[in-house]
Amino acid sequence: MAPLVPDTVAEVSKGLADHEYLADDGLATSIFLALRLQRPLLLEGEAGVGKTEVAKVLARWTGGELVRLQCYEGIDSSQAVYEWDYSRQLLHLRAVEASHERVDEDELYSERFLVKRPLLRALAYEGTVPPVLLIDEIDRADDEFEAFLLEILSDWSISVPEIGVVRAEVPPVVVLTSNRTRDVHDALKRRCLYHWIAHPDFERELAIVRLRAPRVPELLARDVAAAAEALRGLELYKPPGVAETIDWAVALTTLGRARLDEAAVDATLGTILKYREDQERVRAHGLTDLVRDAMARGA
Amino acid sequence: MPEVALDPAPERMAVAFARVLRRSGLEVPVGATLMFAEALGCVGLAGRSGVYWAARATMVNRPESIALFDRAFAVFWDQRAATGPDVVEMAPEEVIIALDVPGADDPGEADTDTTADAPVVTLRWSAREILRHRDFALYTPAEFAEARRLMDDLRLVGASRPSRRRKQSRVHRGTPDLRRTVRRSLRAGGEPVERAFLTTGERTRRLVLLLDVSGSMEPYARAFVRFLHAAVISRSRVEAFALGTRLTRVTRELASRDPDAAVLAAARRVVDWSGGTRLGDGVRRFNDEWGIRGLARGAVVVIFSDGWDRGAPEVLAEQMARLSRVAHRIVWVNPLKASPGYAPLAQGMAAALPYVDAFVEGHSLAALEELARVIAE
Repeated sequence: MAPLVPDTVAEVSKGLADHEYLADDGLATSIFLALRLQRPLLLEGEAGVGKTEVAKVLARWTGGELVRLQCYEGIDSSQAVYEWDYSRQLLHLRAVEASHERVDEDELYSERFLVKRPLLRALAYEGTVPPVLLIDEIDRADDEFEAFLLEILSDWSISVPEIGVVRAEVPPVVVLTSNRTRDVHDALKRRCLYHWIAHPDFERELAIVRLRAPRVPELLARDVAAAAEALRGLELYKPPGVAETIDWAVALTTLGRARLDEAAVDATLGTILKYREDQERVRAHGLTDLVRDAMARGA
Repeated sequence: MPEVALDPAPERMAVAFARVLRRSGLEVPVGATLMFAEALGCVGLAGRSGVYWAARATMVNRPESIALFDRAFAVFWDQRAATGPDVVEMAPEEVIIALDVPGADDPGEADTDTTADAPVVTLRWSAREILRHRDFALYTPAEFAEARRLMDDLRLVGASRPSRRRKQSRVHRGTPDLRRTVRRSLRAGGEPVERAFLTTGERTRRLVLLLDVSGSMEPYARAFVRFLHAAVISRSRVEAFALGTRLTRVTRELASRDPDAAVLAAARRVVDWSGGTRLGDGVRRFNDEWGIRGLARGAVVVIFSDGWDRGAPEVLAEQMARLSRVAHRIVWVNPLKASPGYAPLAQGMAAALPYVDAFVEGHSLAALEELARVIAE
């Protein structure tokens, strides 16, 4: 069992790397502090920089269960915390009635009919390792839900009126992600440690491609990482994230390429650029230059 | 929470650094300072990188603050003043907007109106009527002070849209509400006699206000800032941005309840009151950084601009097209539209018009009231 409370930042970096996630110093320090101080970690960054992945790798590393709450507009406690299994309750009522017994309300609202949703599961876990709670895309939920969440993240407890208060002895590891479609409320931010995940630099991105897509030939990986770096400098609508870089490297490998060339880039541009305007801009900029510069940078 | 033993050094360091950050303009709540002190207890004080990341994780909570933070940290850690071109950007910008302190400019003028024989109410009303239709550009400071009071009464109602959040239905139609049905059936000894239903709720659409703060807009800027302020404080889900040579989010500044302080703060952040503007680039920056990723999705977007664009019209047209693909409606407020014989000859305006759902004047109080109505549609 991996230790839940690491002693050094280096230990975090290594733990994550062992589970195929390469974090830079900033992210590793934030995770280290989140584990040591038992604070939620709020991650923001462009799409595709690996925010959600952080929670997944933390679960693998700590050995805790990954409990994921995908936020969306209008999410409320019946989807996030708990709900009663109404159809079973109704069936139960019919059965009781058929046998001419009295209806026992306590029985109707016992754990047997309780459907636990992610937040309750993350607090009422069994075993010794607290789960990793991923609250994904918190910016999609509305303010009311955020306020509710704030309460849970401060007290690590939830009150279910029919059953009582559920409290976690050791709080779960909490990772929140946001795409910044709106500002997360300050009160919630104050509870959290904050880290902005930027696009990786060339060396790190190369290391990530090697790690995540080991089939990609070394030279091609270098070319692709260099080209991705160059594309991010072109003021595109959606600069490619690491996820796109990996997809691109895999796509080129699947086409049997060992290095970048213009025809292959032209054919696979859609795996790395998802806007027509961006593709046009890059083609206008010149694919020949892109390939030449990338090969020079990668070498 | 585990007990972290704090020797006095990290605490002192945390407090001192918090002070440096506040001086350079970052908001640092006390809780963040405490968290930083705790974090220092974990990473130690020896390494620059450890202290830097501990401070950033605890005291920064939005990417816009990172540049400011980095400079403050460099000053703090390296005990040297940040020098070089960066400092220029950091210094408070010259504010060109004239702030009207009520009564300071013409202390007599406001009084003369009210000392006349007729009842005060009538006089004020007629003054208001004249004022309502007067072009903002022709206002005297005293009239502006009066208009400002009128504008504080302005309340914006937003357009609504169906919400995913459901609410209890009054009629027996819609999705069954099993939770309440089970509850009620207990009353009937377990028989679901009385059934309950859910219906879809409604919620207000987000309102996004983009204010062009280039020089040609200056006569109207003060009035529009007031309008923005009234919008931001009177309802939720409003975002305001100033469009100039750069894009500045001013929602927070405008959200303060004290309008004068809010306007001053907003003016301080916006540096382009009299520069020319590249409208297309501004809208593009809005689209890239805020709009497309969600802020403008399904929202009512209001652009306050005279449409004078120093950039290429194709850029503006392309960006307006992008914006119109995600926004619910785009309202363009052009104070020049009220001038007799106005035709959208400004290249930018002509390029943008095909993507605009409502084109209104906004040059006077009456026009702003009309705008409030259009927004609510």
